[in-house]
Amino acid sequence: MNQTSQTSPRARIGALLQGNARQYGMAIALVAIIVLFQVLTGGLLLTPLNLTNLIMQNSYILILAIGMMLVIVTGHIDLSVGSVVAFTGAVSAIMLTSWGLPTVVVIPAALLLGAVIGAWQGFWIAYVGVPAFIVTLAGMLVFRGATLAVLGGESIAPLPQSLRVIASGFLPGGDGGLHLLTLGLGLAGSAVIVWIQWRSRARAGAHGLPVQPAAVTAAGSVLVVGVILAFTYALADYNGLPLVGLLLVALIAGYSFVMRSTTMGRRVYAVGGSERAAALSGIRTRRTTFWVFVNMGVLSALAGLVFTARLNAATPGAGTMFELDAIAAAFIGGASATGGVGSVVGAVIGALVMGVLNNGMSLIGLGVDWQQLIKGLVLLLAVAFDIYNKRRAGSGSALPVLWPRGGRGPGGPAKGGGSARGRDGVERAPV
Amino acid sequence: MSTPNTAPAAPGPLLRMRDIHKEFPGVRALDGVSLSVGHGTVHALMGENGAGKSTLMKVLSGVHPAGSYTGEVLVDGEPVRFADVTESERAGIAIIHQELALVPQLSVSENVLLGHEVSRFGVIDWGATHARARELLLRVGLDENPATPVSALSIGAQQMVEIAKALAKRVRLLILDEPTSALNEAESERLLGLLLELRAQGVACILISHKIGEVMSVSDEVTILRDGRTIETLAVERDARGVPSVDEDRIIRGMVGRDLDQRHPERTGRIGPELFEVRDWTVDHPTRAGRRVADGVGLTLRAGEIVGMAGLMGAGRTEFAMSLFGRSYGRYVRGGLYRDGRALPVGSVADAIASGVAYVPEDRKSLGLVLDDDIRSNTTLAGLRRVSTRGVIDPGLETVEARRMSEHMRVRSHGTSQTVRTLSGGNQQKVVLGKWMFTRPELLILDEPTRGIDVGAKYEIYLIVRRLAAEGACVLLISSELPELLGMCDRIYAMCEGRITGQVSGEEADQETLMKLMTRTGDQP
Repeated sequence: MNQTSQTSPRARIGALLQGNARQYGMAIALVAIIVLFQVLTGGLLLTPLNLTNLIMQNSYILILAIGMMLVIVTGHIDLSVGSVVAFTGAVSAIMLTSWGLPTVVVIPAALLLGAVIGAWQGFWIAYVGVPAFIVTLAGMLVFRGATLAVLGGESIAPLPQSLRVIASGFLPGGDGGLHLLTLGLGLAGSAVIVWIQWRSRARAGAHGLPVQPAAVTAAGSVLVVGVILAFTYALADYNGLPLVGLLLVALIAGYSFVMRSTTMGRRVYAVGGSERAAALSGIRTRRTTFWVFVNMGVLSALAGLVFTARLNAATPGAGTMFELDAIAAAFIGGASATGGVGSVVGAVIGALVMGVLNNGMSLIGLGVDWQQLIKGLVLLLAVAFDIYNKRRAGSGSALPVLWPRGGRGPGGPAKGGGSARGRDGVERAPV
Repeated sequence: MSTPNTAPAAPGPLLRMRDIHKEFPGVRALDGVSLSVGHGTVHALMGENGAGKSTLMKVLSGVHPAGSYTGEVLVDGEPVRFADVTESERAGIAIIHQELALVPQLSVSENVLLGHEVSRFGVIDWGATHARARELLLRVGLDENPATPVSALSIGAQQMVEIAKALAKRVRLLILDEPTSALNEAESERLLGLLLELRAQGVACILISHKIGEVMSVSDEVTILRDGRTIETLAVERDARGVPSVDEDRIIRGMVGRDLDQRHPERTGRIGPELFEVRDWTVDHPTRAGRRVADGVGLTLRAGEIVGMAGLMGAGRTEFAMSLFGRSYGRYVRGGLYRDGRALPVGSVADAIASGVAYVPEDRKSLGLVLDDDIRSNTTLAGLRRVSTRGVIDPGLETVEARRMSEHMRVRSHGTSQTVRTLSGGNQQKVVLGKWMFTRPELLILDEPTRGIDVGAKYEIYLIVRRLAAEGACVLLISSELPELLGMCDRIYAMCEGRITGQVSGEEADQETLMKLMTRTGDQP
C-alpha cells in the first residue's frame, strides 16, 4: 500500500510539481510575497508583534472574504458588504451606548440584523430575480444612507471595553514570558490535523481506494506541524493568540468543512456551476441562493462588530471599499466569475496576499498611491494567471485540483481521497 | 435578380455544392453531399433530424468557414470560399434561421435595414431609410407601420421582416430553415405564397421543412438527405389541380431509408405488469397563456418495458417530459402520474425523484451536468442522501459509489475526479445515465439519449438502456431517430402538437406508419 506507483518516480514528482504549480499557485505566491517583504523590511514582517498586527488588521476582510466566496461560487456578487459593515457597526454602537444594552445582547442582535439585511437582499435576488449586482448596488446606497441617518452624521466613541475585547483581546494567561495556552492550542491543533490526515488515509484504504505512500503523508504532517508550531511560537512570544484569531480559525475550519464535506456545500457549488442542472437534480436553487445571502449578511454584521470594536468607534464612513477588498480576495484565491468554482481556503489565501502586501508596503514606506496601484495589478495578474493556466491545461488533467476548482472534497487527488485532508491541514496552517 | 421569370437564364445552376464532407469531433455530419439549385427555383431540402440539413446550410452560408469542410461550393459556376456570413451575404446568399435574428426593441425599418442604413458620412438619413424599408416591406406584402417595434408583431409578421431584411441585402438565394414551424395555417400559406412571388422575381430559395405537404405545394425540386449523404433529388411538377407528381410516401421512404439497420441490441429481460400511468397530462406554455404544449397526454408503462415516444421537433415531447418531472417546464393545468393506481407526488423535482422518477435531459451539457465538476460529484448530485449522514458527505463512500457507477456505465475516464467537461459526448451521457441510476429510479425518462453521439457509443448506451429495463425499470424513450425507436422499443407512442396521435407495438411499427402518425395534426388518436 505504501508503494502505489505504476509510473516512474520521476514522472510522479513531475506530475506532483505541475499539479502543485497550478493548485498552489497562489499559496506559493503568498510565500514568495512574504519572503520578499521579509527581506525588504529587514526581518520586520515576521516579527511576533507584526504577525499579531497582521491578523488583527485583516480579520474583518478575512471574515467578509469567506462570505463573499460563497456568494461568488453561487454566481453572484455582493457590493453592499461595506455599507452593511458600517450600518451594523453603527446600530451596535447605539445599542451599547445610547440604549445601554450589554454586549452579550448586542452581539446576537447585530448578527440578527445582518441576517435580516441578507434576507432582504436574498429575497430580491433569489425570488424576484433582480440581478445581484443591482440589488446589492442599491443595498450599498441604502445601508450607507441608513448609517448616516442613524448616526446623524457623527461618530460614536468610545465604546465599552466588553466590545473592544473582540478585536483587541488576547487569550488569557499572558503574564510575561512565553504564552503557554497559545502554544498548547498550537500543539492541540497540530495533533488534530495530523489525526485527521492519517484517519482519512486509513479510511480511504478501508474503502479499497489507493492511498499515497506513507512517506508522503508523513512529510505533509511534518510540514503542517512545523508551520503551525512556528506560527504559534511567534505569537506566544508576543502576547499570545488574539481572540479574533481564534474566531477566524473557527470560521475558516467551519466553513471549509461545510463547503467541502456537507450536502449543503455541495448544493451551493452545483447551483453556481449550473443552476438549471442543479434544479433538475432536485436542488431548491432559489432557497440556496437566498441562504447564501443571509449568510453574507450575518458575516458582514460580524465583520462590522469586529471593525467597530477595533476602531473603538462607529463612524459614518466605516467599511468603505471593504466589498472590493473581499471580492478581490475571492478572485485572487481562485474563484470563478461565472460561478461554481472557489474555496474558502482560497479566499483566505487571497485575503492574506492582499493583507501582506498592504502591511509589507506600509512597512517599507510605500505611499498609498503605490499600494493601490500594485494591489490592482496583483488582482489582474492573479486572475489572468488562473485563466491562462486553465486554458493551457484545458484538457483538465486528472491531477488534484483544490483551490481553483472548489477544493472541497477529499477526493481531490486523482487516486482517491488519500492525502487531501493532509492538504487541508496545510491550508489551514497559516491561520 | 436577373430575370423575372422561372426559367433559369444564366447557363448552369445558381448554386452547386459538390461532395461536401464535414466532421465534428466524433461525428461525421456530412459525408459527400451534393446539391444543385437553379436560378429562380424553390428547392426543398428534406431529411430526418440529424440528417445534415442544417450543417449543409451552415457550410453554404459561411457559418462553418471554408477550410473546416472539404468539397466545392460554386456560385454561378465560380468556386467560392466563404470565411464568414458577411461574405456569403455579399454573394447574395441569406439564411433565415428557426430562431429569428431580429432585435426586438428596434423598429421594423431599423431591423430591415440593420447594417444597411441609408447614411451619409455615417449619419443616418432616417427619411430615406424609412422610405427604403417601406418599399421592401411592400415587396414582402407586410402592411405594418415601419416605426412599430418588432416585438409588437406576430411571429408570422416577424418572419416577413426577416425576409425583407434579406431582400435589403440584394439576396439571390434565400435559405429558410423550418420557416413555418411556429406559424399558424394562414400565416404559413402567406409565407409560401411569398416564396412563389420571390421566385417570379428571380430569387431562388432553399426550403428546409418537415411538413411534406407544404414542401410539395411550392417546390420545384426536392433533395433528400440521410445520414449525411445525398440520397436523391426529385423534380416536382404539379398538374392543373396542383397535385404534385411525387407522392409523400416516396419522400418518406427516401428520408428514413428502406433497410432497417441492426445496430440495436436484443431485448434480454421480460416485461412485467403495468406499473406507471400518466393520465390526462395537460400543460400550458410558460409565458403564452392558453397555448397547450401538452394536451391530455395519457400513457401506460409496464415494468421492464421500453416505451418510445416519436414526434417531430416541436411536437411537445420534451415539454411533456420536463413538466412531468417535477413541473420543470410550463404551467401545470391538470393530470397526474400514477403508480399501481395511486397518484404520485410530482409537484417538485425533489418529489419526483423521491417518487422514483428520473429524467435524462436532451441538453445534457446545460441541463444534465455541472460541466466544471468532476465525475464523482455529478454522479451523486441527485442522490446525495445515499452517501451522506445527517448532511455530512462520506468522501470515501462517495468515491466508491461513483466509481462503481462509472464502471457499471462503462465510462472511459482517468478516474472519478476527472472534470466532465473534458469527456467525450458519449461518456458524458454515460455519466448522466449513471447519475440518474444512482437515484434508483423506477421510471426513467430518456430524452434524445444518443443525440450527437457517435455510433459506437450509441450501441453502448443502448446496451445500458436494455440492461436497466431488464432490471425492472420502466423506460420512456423520447427520440427523433426512428430507427432508434424501432430498434429499441416494445411499444411506441406518436405525438403531434402536444397530443398523443397513436400507439404502435414494436413488432407492428415501421417508419412510414410512425411518420404518418407524427404528422397527423388535428386528428383524433
